[in-house]
Amino acid sequence: MSKFKRKSKGSTPGISTASLPDIVFMLLFFFMVTTVMRETTLFVNVTTPKATEIRKMEKKSLVSYIYIGSPVKRLQSSYGTKPRIQLNDAFAETNDIQEFIALERESHDEKEIPYMTVSIKADENVKMGTVIDVKQELRKANALKINYSTRKGTY
Amino acid sequence: MARSRRDLQEINAGSMADIAFLLLIFFLVTTTMDVDTGIARKLPPMPEEKQQEDDSQIHARNIYVVLVNSNNQLLVEGEYMAISQLKNGAKAFIDNNGVYPNLSDNSEKAIISLQNDRGTSYKTYIQVQNELTAAYNELRNKAALAEFGTQFYSLSKAKQKIIKKKYPQKISEAEPKNVEDN
Repeated sequence: MSKFKRKSKGSTPGISTASLPDIVFMLLFFFMVTTVMRETTLFVNVTTPKATEIRKMEKKSLVSYIYIGSPVKRLQSSYGTKPRIQLNDAFAETNDIQEFIALERESHDEKEIPYMTVSIKADENVKMGTVIDVKQELRKANALKINYSTRKGTY
Repeated sequence: MARSRRDLQEINAGSMADIAFLLLIFFLVTTTMDVDTGIARKLPPMPEEKQQEDDSQIHARNIYVVLVNSNNQLLVEGEYMAISQLKNGAKAFIDNNGVYPNLSDNSEKAIISLQNDRGTSYKTYIQVQNELTAAYNELRNKAALAEFGTQFYSLSKAKQKIIKKKYPQKISEAEPKNVEDN
């Protein structure tokens, strides 16, 4: 009767879900590889300034971070609101930076040392005095490759 | 024996997807995709004791002095300037090629001297750095388009080097003035 006859009725197979685990595993591996667990808890507020001429950081494992900003709210009672430096998981003073760089270097291969970068993540309201002190210490430590961490955007 | 083996079918893999999904969701939630971006700079090495910086060899016209005070105001070559004008000012200075007597001889000799106060906000500093980088990037792009017909960043390393040699990014940061301690 109908033009398109069903060849065999009642035996339309359901979509095979056998490959579903494969697809999901593929996604899983993608996210497993790209994921970076946050390794430090920030004690300082950092809103990086905006800039347009930015570049991506290449090797994440070779980057050390220095955070500069005023302490977060719950620590303000004990540390005040003056901008502080944070290295790894603790507040630090400017003269701790050289030791920090030395420790970072120790954890890397000797060949990689020239490619190591220090990323300065400073809050946009920090005064340059603090940043200048940090830069002077980095110069003393001979860590000359630096990066001013910024967000993309126009100011 | 043979009979029971035929009965033993393959392991039911139906729950495999569930397990994988669970893991997937865990990694989806914990993943941070933010790529760190920023403005790359190279600090000058600490000067050695005996080595004195010799600025006298650089002709004054080849230095573009940018001063930023603690009120985040710019003084460029002795005149007040808004940050929005800085890029074009720097471009005119770098790409002067000896036309105007108070701007640079050529782009290879051009040096931008940046000096900021300790009270300058980091935001302004980054804006100034950004504008100066933008000036260089635009000039390099222009040169790359003229010479090779493509954008600077799509050039090969060797070709980038040629352009970079023509427009070396020389931004010198003087020791900060300690006008206002913060």
